[in-house]
Amino acid sequence: MIGRVVLAGVLVTAAAVPWLGRDYYATLMLPFFAYSVALLGLNLMFGTAGLLSFGHALFLAVGGYTAAYLGNTLRVRSLEVMLATAMVVAVLVALPVGWLCVRYVRIYFGMLTLAFGMLFYSFLYKFYALTGGDEGIPVARPTLLGHGFVELDKTGYLVGPYYYYSLAVCVLAAIAMWRIVGSPLGLSLRAIRENADKAAYVGVRVRRYRFYAFVIAAVFGAAGGVLLVVPTGLAAPTLAYWTHSGNLVFMLLLGGFGHFFGPVLGAFVFIFLQDQVMSVTEYWRFVFGVVLAAIVIFLPQGLMSLLTRTVDA
Amino acid sequence: MTPLLVARDLVKHYGDVQVLHGVSLTVREGEFVSIIGPNGAGKTTLVNVLTGLLRPTSGSVLFKGRDVAGVGPIRLAALGMARSFQLVNVFPGLTVAETLAVPTLARLGRGGRALAALAGQRDVAESAAQTAELFGLADKLGRTARTLAQGDKKLLDVASAFALRPDVILMDEPTSGVSTRDKTAIMETLVQAARRLGVKAIIQVEHDMDIVFAYSDRIVALHQGRVLADAAPDALRADDEVVATVLGAPR
Repeated sequence: MIGRVVLAGVLVTAAAVPWLGRDYYATLMLPFFAYSVALLGLNLMFGTAGLLSFGHALFLAVGGYTAAYLGNTLRVRSLEVMLATAMVVAVLVALPVGWLCVRYVRIYFGMLTLAFGMLFYSFLYKFYALTGGDEGIPVARPTLLGHGFVELDKTGYLVGPYYYYSLAVCVLAAIAMWRIVGSPLGLSLRAIRENADKAAYVGVRVRRYRFYAFVIAAVFGAAGGVLLVVPTGLAAPTLAYWTHSGNLVFMLLLGGFGHFFGPVLGAFVFIFLQDQVMSVTEYWRFVFGVVLAAIVIFLPQGLMSLLTRTVDA
Repeated sequence: MTPLLVARDLVKHYGDVQVLHGVSLTVREGEFVSIIGPNGAGKTTLVNVLTGLLRPTSGSVLFKGRDVAGVGPIRLAALGMARSFQLVNVFPGLTVAETLAVPTLARLGRGGRALAALAGQRDVAESAAQTAELFGLADKLGRTARTLAQGDKKLLDVASAFALRPDVILMDEPTSGVSTRDKTAIMETLVQAARRLGVKAIIQVEHDMDIVFAYSDRIVALHQGRVLADAAPDALRADDEVVATVLGAPR
């Protein structure tokens, strides 16, 4: 009950942000929505199935580059087409990558996903003709449900229609993931996380379901990637770089992978903390390192455990 | 009638060490078979080969007439053989209801459905509750496995194997780690549940000879990787060699 009230409050607040008259904060919310979508997927793999990927940024890059390529080269303008295509491309990439990766668990899974992420980074960097090399591909302003909003300037577009579009995609992603976690597959994945050997003995198709989780996470990652590159206007190879994957893992740990909304909270805190710290010091990575260490030591269940504890008390 | 499980001339090497030296055994419908033997006799290896986890170096395992050597636990569960473990083996973070729903979903082939709501699967919940009832866990459906008492964990472990509604269940020391007083109670629960759920045969590995002689139709005594005896309890008791090697001091 309290959870629903909090959730409703958060949604109303998120919807009200563009009306506060501080466009800067509204634009900061855009990567938050994008990362939330991606992290909901990543957490199906980690929080639910127990597999930690260190290369998930690969799929954000797949999404970002698909959107950029469609807009720049094929002159596609519709964001819906970009999202749908990006998700299909993500499945096509995840099929072979996931098929290989889920054969391994724990650190070997992590290393293999890291390797694929770096491979994709090199591909983006080197295949200049297709990807624009280190310059990347610019992302033109897409239409939303057929509307171009040509009367709005860039900021007006981003903190207006695009803001609500991103929020809506984020809500839809959360609903879809909520259903998946509460499905038979969700339960099978939790059984696999708790005790994979035992799961196999009671008939759970361990490898296949890990593979499903991988592909679903890839689809969410690509959708997040599309949302991410529209505000920045650029798909660049750093999208796939391992530090970007590292940031995703950081957000998961920060918010708490044990709670459905932990990753969303993690994305929020990460982005606003990064913004604040960067405005004070260029050594923001140092500050983040300290924060991460403190979280792991003092709050292994993440910031979400702090909130749920307060609510329970 | 074809026997449910036929193992023929099983040989298993681990590198240079030979653990099984041509073990054969047959389990028919309606039988309760105990595998006994001193430590190092090859019991665990035999169980791992019978349950498809290990591929024998040579020899064959036929389950319902099908060769199942090395097919792995998932395939074997689908064919109708379930297994429980010597050490308590549960899903610590899942509730009793969830733990029993997992094999039920697997049996019904629905474990991979991502878009159906688990809460809407009435038959799964009912089947899980029925299994819990048989194992005296009905009032603990909402408890997570890690919070259960040791005896209940053991029951839950076995119950999750029964939730597959298998034809054959293979139990590795179902009463290990349980107080002597509780052992009989657990065995009674198991045998009752097997009858109610239509399990056709039970194979167990057991050290407690009181349990073995009280429940078995047949006892297979292993010694140094060979079958020393394969007989009904009474016949076995009369066999001096078995008594000396396997049972230890004369009883």
